[in-house]
Amino acid sequence: MGMSPRKRARISRGVQYVVLAVVVVVIVLSADWTTIKDKFADPDIALAMFPEVITTALKNTIIYTACGFTFGLALGLVLALMRLSSVGPYRWMATTFIEFFRGVPALVVFLALSVGIPTAFPGYVVPGDVLGTATLALGLVGAAYMAETIRAGIQAVPKGQTEAARSLGMSGSRAMVSIIIPQAFRIILPPLTNELILLTKDSSLVYLLGYTASTVELTSFGRQALNQEKNMTPIVVISLCYLLITVPLSIVVRRMEARAGKAR
Amino acid sequence: MTTPQRQTRTDAAIDVIELHKHFGDNEVLKGIDFHVDNGQVVCVIGPSGSGKSTLLRCVNLLEQPTSGRIFIEGDEITDPDVDVNAIRSRIGMVFQQFNLFPHLTVLRNLTIAQQRVKKRGKDEAVEIARRNLAKVGLSEKEGAYPAHLSGGQQQRAAMARALSMDPDMMMFDEPTSALDPELVGDVLGVMKDLASEGMTMMVVTHEMGFAREVGDKVVFMDDGVIVEEGDPREVLGNPQHERTQAFLSKVL
Repeated sequence: MGMSPRKRARISRGVQYVVLAVVVVVIVLSADWTTIKDKFADPDIALAMFPEVITTALKNTIIYTACGFTFGLALGLVLALMRLSSVGPYRWMATTFIEFFRGVPALVVFLALSVGIPTAFPGYVVPGDVLGTATLALGLVGAAYMAETIRAGIQAVPKGQTEAARSLGMSGSRAMVSIIIPQAFRIILPPLTNELILLTKDSSLVYLLGYTASTVELTSFGRQALNQEKNMTPIVVISLCYLLITVPLSIVVRRMEARAGKAR
Repeated sequence: MTTPQRQTRTDAAIDVIELHKHFGDNEVLKGIDFHVDNGQVVCVIGPSGSGKSTLLRCVNLLEQPTSGRIFIEGDEITDPDVDVNAIRSRIGMVFQQFNLFPHLTVLRNLTIAQQRVKKRGKDEAVEIARRNLAKVGLSEKEGAYPAHLSGGQQQRAAMARALSMDPDMMMFDEPTSALDPELVGDVLGVMKDLASEGMTMMVVTHEMGFAREVGDKVVFMDDGVIVEEGDPREVLGNPQHERTQAFLSKVL
């Protein structure tokens, strides 16, 4: 006898739940919970990481990311406008920059700035210490991606917006600044936040610049603790710290998207 | 291209001489010669693809003419050395798709160009904006975003935005074509008020009733040329040209 499609779908869903339940039960029964707790969630090891994991490591990660993102956003905006310029050489320069820094691993950029430049140009230092170098490296990498996002956003604003602004007597640059770019940024808020999240993770590469107790960021901090304790707990703690940055970001963006959606 | 035959009418609001416009190989305007006098309401009609919107958009240089000269109150906007932005701020433009700035409130839509282009202070700009919102019947909507307005309200706000720049003339590019039928009347009503105040207007439209009732002159375009122009009652009531007759028999 044939079954109705709806009935078949219900049975299929039931089977999926049963499979899931069986897998969960097997895992719960077979896992060695004491060992797992000792190796992944040792409260003594976790507590020993406080407060430095927050007051130094998390704080530094946020600072490096924020500075790199700010610099990258500004540079990315300039590059995006260059890409859209009617002056050929500007377009070529921007395209070359973007292709280069998108194609090269962030690790290589950090290596070039941390080891390459001091070795090749003895005596020259990037101003601003670790923070200056981190900002430059993260900014260069981030700018390449953000430039393309911003350019796409600018091009996604309907042509009628420019026409309306120009017909009111605004110059091309005034229309860009007052009318087009604000709308473009509303459009690209989600991909821009993704970039911020990616940069948060790339900030772990700052370890290549060397660190002290006061400039250490999350990953290096976790690695120190890991080496000392031979235990997974530090990794769990710093992972949660990263989520502490990225999850609220996602929530904020979802809110902003909802509000922008209302205004559109 | 030979040099234009005739002198400029320096007393005209808009004077277009020997205007040609190509899009690639496609010649959209094939030598347009016409003018709008001060205080006149000129309605441009014709089938779609006739070039009437392109003509309107050439007048404030939203489209760059291929050749020909255009004068706004005696100032040549097609002169490469002229300040196009300054001339544009004297020409109010209303679009088929309204083109309000969606990220700004209605009031801000009306004040931003006043402040940025006319360099008016905020208080003055707001006062002028409110006066124009009252004129189009949208006083209670000044805090709303464009997305919260109906099409007719958006178009009236767009008119108020253009009027807030104190333009010497207004240009309308099919202002009611994107509107639901029941909203057309409000927009046409505001346009009639403007005309009765003596505003110089150039209107590309399919509203034959408006052209007949409000227009001082009707221009019928087809295939990139002006086929017939003159008094609305004459052109619409007793068209001389075959193409005008064919078009009117379809739309009236």
